[in-house]
Amino acid sequence: MSLLNTLARLEAVRAGRARPLATVRHRHLSERPLVLVPLTTAGEAGAPLGALVGTDPARPRLLVVPQPRDRDLRWAFLADLADEVLPYVEGYADDVERVERTETDPETGAKSKVEAELCLDAPQLIVPSRAGIEYVRLLGRSMRFRRTAEEDPENPYPAPSRVPLLGRWFTHLGERSRVPGASMLLSATELLGRHWATGQSNLEDQHLGALLSWIVPPEGESGAEAALRAELGRDRDGQLLVPPAGPATDPAFDNKLLAPAMSRYDAARSGDDPRAVARAEAAVRELVAEQMRPAWRAVWQSLELLRTLPPGERAEERWTRDRWSYTGHRDRVRAGEPPQPRRDDAVTAAQKLATRETEQVRLDAQEALDDPLVMAGRRLSGEAFAGEVTEIVMGWTESKRPSPRPLVTVATEDRPQLAEGGGKVFRSLEGRPQAAQFVRFEEDRRLIVLRLLDKMGRGREPEPGSVPEKGDRVCWTLFEHDARGGPKLPDPEKTPWTHGGPPGSRAAAPLPDTVTDEDIL
Amino acid sequence: MSTASRQRFDPGAAAAEATAAILRDTLHGSERGVVVDSPPGAGKSTLVVRAARELAAAGRRLMVVAQTNAQVDDLVLRLADKDPELRVGRLHSSDGDAYDPALRELPSVTLSAKPKDLAELPITISTAAKWAYVKDAEPWEHAIVDEAYQMRSDALLAVAGLFDRALFVGDPGQLDPFSVVGAEQWAGLSYDPSASAVSTLLAHNPQLPQHRLPVSWRLPASAAPLVSRAFYPYTQFRSGTGPGDRRLSYGVAGDGSGPDRVLDEAAESGWGLLELPARHTPRTDPEAVRAVALVVRRALDRGAVTVDEQSEAPTALTADRIAVGTAHRDQAAAVRAALADLGVDGVTVDTANRLQGREYDLTVVLHPLSGRPDATAFHLETGRLCVLASRHRHACVVVARAGIAELLDDHPSTEPVQLGVTVKFPDGWEANHCVLAHLAEHRIPWKP
Repeated sequence: MSLLNTLARLEAVRAGRARPLATVRHRHLSERPLVLVPLTTAGEAGAPLGALVGTDPARPRLLVVPQPRDRDLRWAFLADLADEVLPYVEGYADDVERVERTETDPETGAKSKVEAELCLDAPQLIVPSRAGIEYVRLLGRSMRFRRTAEEDPENPYPAPSRVPLLGRWFTHLGERSRVPGASMLLSATELLGRHWATGQSNLEDQHLGALLSWIVPPEGESGAEAALRAELGRDRDGQLLVPPAGPATDPAFDNKLLAPAMSRYDAARSGDDPRAVARAEAAVRELVAEQMRPAWRAVWQSLELLRTLPPGERAEERWTRDRWSYTGHRDRVRAGEPPQPRRDDAVTAAQKLATRETEQVRLDAQEALDDPLVMAGRRLSGEAFAGEVTEIVMGWTESKRPSPRPLVTVATEDRPQLAEGGGKVFRSLEGRPQAAQFVRFEEDRRLIVLRLLDKMGRGREPEPGSVPEKGDRVCWTLFEHDARGGPKLPDPEKTPWTHGGPPGSRAAAPLPDTVTDEDIL
Repeated sequence: MSTASRQRFDPGAAAAEATAAILRDTLHGSERGVVVDSPPGAGKSTLVVRAARELAAAGRRLMVVAQTNAQVDDLVLRLADKDPELRVGRLHSSDGDAYDPALRELPSVTLSAKPKDLAELPITISTAAKWAYVKDAEPWEHAIVDEAYQMRSDALLAVAGLFDRALFVGDPGQLDPFSVVGAEQWAGLSYDPSASAVSTLLAHNPQLPQHRLPVSWRLPASAAPLVSRAFYPYTQFRSGTGPGDRRLSYGVAGDGSGPDRVLDEAAESGWGLLELPARHTPRTDPEAVRAVALVVRRALDRGAVTVDEQSEAPTALTADRIAVGTAHRDQAAAVRAALADLGVDGVTVDTANRLQGREYDLTVVLHPLSGRPDATAFHLETGRLCVLASRHRHACVVVARAGIAELLDDHPSTEPVQLGVTVKFPDGWEANHCVLAHLAEHRIPWKP
């Protein structure tokens, strides 16, 4: 945590309400996001209990599994979920624009412009918390390898027809959410936590109700008190006033309310009165719905809060990458490719890691450039400096056609970690980075002399506006403004011997958790 | 070590025997790879230079992969020094200041940013990052991968297609490679891209011969046993020199202040702990930073001289033979500023990451846990402390706030255990305690 974030948290403690960490919204928010509030069954991995899902805050679709241990009911639930989510996800597939992209020919290495389709917009799924994202990933894994009756007529337990497809999309969203700055699958707690600092710990911020209490405390109450009540307050029956945002449920709810209701449902099912079954099922549905409604409202409230911030300039550029990602997966599904494999092979894993590292660097730079408050944090840690231009001395390169290399002196109170010997610094000039070389400090590090290196045109005289003028306020960063991707890795079929050879070859090492004798008692 | 045991253990012979076995497996072995573990200062660079020359002499077209430009330049200079006739290619990136300008003076060295220009040379040297961009080249018969434990698995994946066989050399005790984003989803896979190149290599090729250099020529007799015990408990090594072979002394007697007393203690025993009163501080603890700077200043002011096995005459300890090590870059910046205030120039101040592979006579270390309220995985990392505690030829002074032992006891390691990941011994907690217990015997309380 940076020093500035620590300060914001301390100020939040003193003020009794959250302090802003950003002046703009650093994530893209869709016009029409799909909110999903899932609940899971305690003690049974990957057994959904219910969900509220939809794009209209006033009219969520309620899905409940009255007996989660009954696998038929579980698959019926997932089929309903697919009916709700897939039309939304696929709704963006056909509105496309034609764009040019550069492709490299694998044979010759020659680069050429290719026209490609890019979807105009992409789906955006919002869940309440980080654990909700993990749950989407888990559901994706449990669904994507299932076979439907059309695919495998012999299968005695075929999956409903759209369920494997939902699994593939959930897996794609889950993987994409691991890319820094990606916005196709987001959690409300992380979104709020990025933009506001509360007076509680990061761990406590995982509770959506408590987090919101700090940001918008009730009239006349401090955020700390409201958060404590949201986290621990219980009614006379021992039930939480603000149920957790899931997917895990509160044990008191499980034991006192849910278990008896499920027993009544089981009992009704073993009888022969359909009306009794319907009554018992309705009772479970109402219980589960009551647990989810506060989280549903809290997620929409979070989105409203975030919409009060103006969108960050470069967040839209990052959203374009999400659109590419969506378009790419749409194409893979349409081409009839198999679902994502259980584990990445060596090359895919390395590629994903490289992409994420590049995106992290890009995100850090872009957030600072979009937001003076974030930049202040970077300035405080010596990675940037801002100040007033006090002097310009023109200079030129010593070549046949001299190019301008003016010396710019900047007066600053920041203490950038510039080392003698000339590092490069960058500033944003109409959205594009202009580079300069650090020359020297003057007057006990209060003045910094830089030599401008580029973006001044081809002529002997720099183009108007490309060199700052005396009195201008400028902000220079020690970090680059864009991130370069890494080198191309070998194709998976050419995985080298150091990494076990191509996937499926005998040299490949055994998986770490294979079944051993000890697993079978 | 007693005289009798020194006679039984001949460091020169033990090292020569290990080197001979390594070269035999490299030149004549049947396996595609050979792995060499080298403790701090065990002659890794010497081995790399020797292996490179012998492979070139045997007519094998050789590529050398190092991790940083500084390491590459250092290897080129060493090769040219040993064999001015041997033609070496230095592949560099097209950025202006990618290599040491001193290389231009060497007639046997060809510099180029294009692999094609160097294709005919017997040896080509570059960084892993630059090698990764070399495509469609005729594969090299042999490769030497230097600092292989600091190379990430994905970096090896990008270059391994370029060579048939390879010698991997590195120090398993130094800092593991890391990633700025989470890589837990691949933890436990044999090819986890964020793991070290050697762990992936050995997971897939467990039959490869593994060797170990048994003697540290850098660490003095006072340091080798502690570093070996704390950081290499299962692969112990010894110092190449005996007690008394290296001596540090001062022209001016101490004035009784904390810095002077800790310098005296370090000269006497090889270690010194300057302990400031317990206190939670910001990372750039001004008092500790100033104490570090004062120790350096006093070492220079008191006219320190060193005597070692290489030159019998005493040598004055100059600023360029002193290093200050810290955990964070802002701490290093603060120490640099404090040294400048005291008028000290030319002392190396850097983080553990950047001090890897470097060697000095005297080191002053700001303890990674000094003044902290918590002990995170970063600060507990075994390699960080190992690098900081094993850069010196004569003595090491550690500056720290009191209370680190209690801090450690309050923060046992809590990293989750992942299936399939080899548990690394010793863990940072254990290693930190081991070093602290030793330092406690050389403790000097702060007195300005």
